[in-house]
Amino acid sequence: MTQHIDSVKTYALVFIALVFLTLLTTAVAYVDLGPFSPVVALAIATAKMLLVALFFMHVRHSTQLTRLVVTGGLLWLAILIFLTLADFGTRGWLGVPGR
Amino acid sequence: MIRIELLTPNGHLFSSDTYNKLFTMHGVVMIFFFLIPSIPAVLGNFFLPLMIGARDLAFPRINLLSWYLLVIGGLFAIFAMLAGGVDTGWTFYTPYSTTYSNTWVIATALGIFVAGFSSILTGLNFIVTIHRMRAPGMTWFRMPLFVWAHYATSLIQVLGTPVLAVTLVLIFCERVFHIGIFDPALGGDPVLFQHLFWFYSHPAVYIMILPAMGVISELISVYSRKPIFGYSFVAFSSVAIAVLGFLVWGHHLFVSTQSFFAGMVFSFLSYFVAIPSAIKVFNWTATLYKGSISFETPMLYAFGFIGLFTIGGLTGLFLACLGIDVHVTDTYFVVAHFHYIMVGGAIMGYLGGLHYWWPKMTGRMYPEGWAKLSALVIFLGFNLTFFPQFILGYLGMPRRYHTYPSEFQVLHVLSTAGASVLAVGYIIPVIYFIWSLRYGAVASSNPWGATGLEWRTPSPPPVQNFEKIPVVTHDAYDYSTTIGEVIEVG
Repeated sequence: MTQHIDSVKTYALVFIALVFLTLLTTAVAYVDLGPFSPVVALAIATAKMLLVALFFMHVRHSTQLTRLVVTGGLLWLAILIFLTLADFGTRGWLGVPGR
Repeated sequence: MIRIELLTPNGHLFSSDTYNKLFTMHGVVMIFFFLIPSIPAVLGNFFLPLMIGARDLAFPRINLLSWYLLVIGGLFAIFAMLAGGVDTGWTFYTPYSTTYSNTWVIATALGIFVAGFSSILTGLNFIVTIHRMRAPGMTWFRMPLFVWAHYATSLIQVLGTPVLAVTLVLIFCERVFHIGIFDPALGGDPVLFQHLFWFYSHPAVYIMILPAMGVISELISVYSRKPIFGYSFVAFSSVAIAVLGFLVWGHHLFVSTQSFFAGMVFSFLSYFVAIPSAIKVFNWTATLYKGSISFETPMLYAFGFIGLFTIGGLTGLFLACLGIDVHVTDTYFVVAHFHYIMVGGAIMGYLGGLHYWWPKMTGRMYPEGWAKLSALVIFLGFNLTFFPQFILGYLGMPRRYHTYPSEFQVLHVLSTAGASVLAVGYIIPVIYFIWSLRYGAVASSNPWGATGLEWRTPSPPPVQNFEKIPVVTHDAYDYSTTIGEVIEVG
């Protein structure tokens, strides 16, 4: 298995991007976007997560098996969120209190 | 103590508060510190490397770390008990656990949090070991089904346990810092807790039962001298149970103001778990067909497992049904159901496995007569304890109460009598196992004439498991080539 090592420059750029995105999150918190506030915050968080996983955790140059593990983890998180929202999103459809 | 308290309708021994703490302690200790680690930690750590022809697990130091974490987690839980206990039930439902309970919620949750990492590390270790350390010729479809079952279990441990850890941290955040997550007054939602909790805790049932199923596959094959019928179906059914087990947690929330539509989806999905479970049961019974069956103690436990797991599993289908579940939610019917799975299933598997591999682990045989007697006592005691609880629950006896209307007393007395018999059944093996360590007959390397690699090394195995790593040339359970053949040692 070949070990790919990114250059210091790449790591530095990723680090700067992460700092920038953190500042952006803070800045956006002061702007009232209504229902889009959590959407924007989560989008920025997802971008940061991808940067960390792909570069710092070397997923970009990993084997297929490692990628499968990462994808599996994300898929399971998606199951958790999706099926939980299946409850929260459909509450009240029957018009019966508590249902 | 719980069963003695329930002998009489009025509950003379304990106050309600003490009773709450007792059943919480029972649940926390049994689930998080016994059932979840029992088979993987005791039998899995020992035999998984042996069965695939490896010298040890992939990460021996991580294995040691996972042991330390389990002990540290256990110490926190013991501290919480000695300091006054916790009364939330093992489920820690909010808002009681975050807002109202004045007991040691955080200490207990911390113990479970730490022990959870032990579970994750064990799962990680098993997955890597199975992927990377199989002996030459040990292909995926030559692996013993015990190993397949542990692979599926490990997937659940790695994917599910972090969610429990996060949930416990959220309880901490709300209880200590009053951050609104589950409390509606702070903008939270109490049902969210149940979603997060059961996302782990339903699959956790499969962490307990899958390794037991792996044990049963080994036992059925050895004591009927036949390869497991439909090997690949049984192997994949473990993985299917692990995956489907993550899609059904909402059946614990049918009466918790969960949306009716989500309830329908969860009910529908819950029935699917019956398919791989039934595949296993039918394939085990098909294996017995025309087999050369012998009735050694481990096989008695295997038969016990099949019967009890089938009852536990089928009553699970009652509970997956939206209408019936509303009637029996939080009654003794549920208590009986999960004890049939977790005690009748997981503990029967554990004891069966312990008897089967005891000669390999210790180099000594246990006394067969006493062992058969205790297997019988456990089976009878178990059914006497828990079968009346199905009836109690169906008649409306709620769980977690220590007082009840007097018409339930006969069934409660039967159940308590059964628990006493069961206790005797559990004490007998403790005595003869300890006795056998010194006085038991010396075990040969393969006392059962089994095919697995673990039987091709001396009993007990040397430190490095094998003097020379074996080369695998046959499928698992290939009794056509090994019957009557003396398996060489070393």
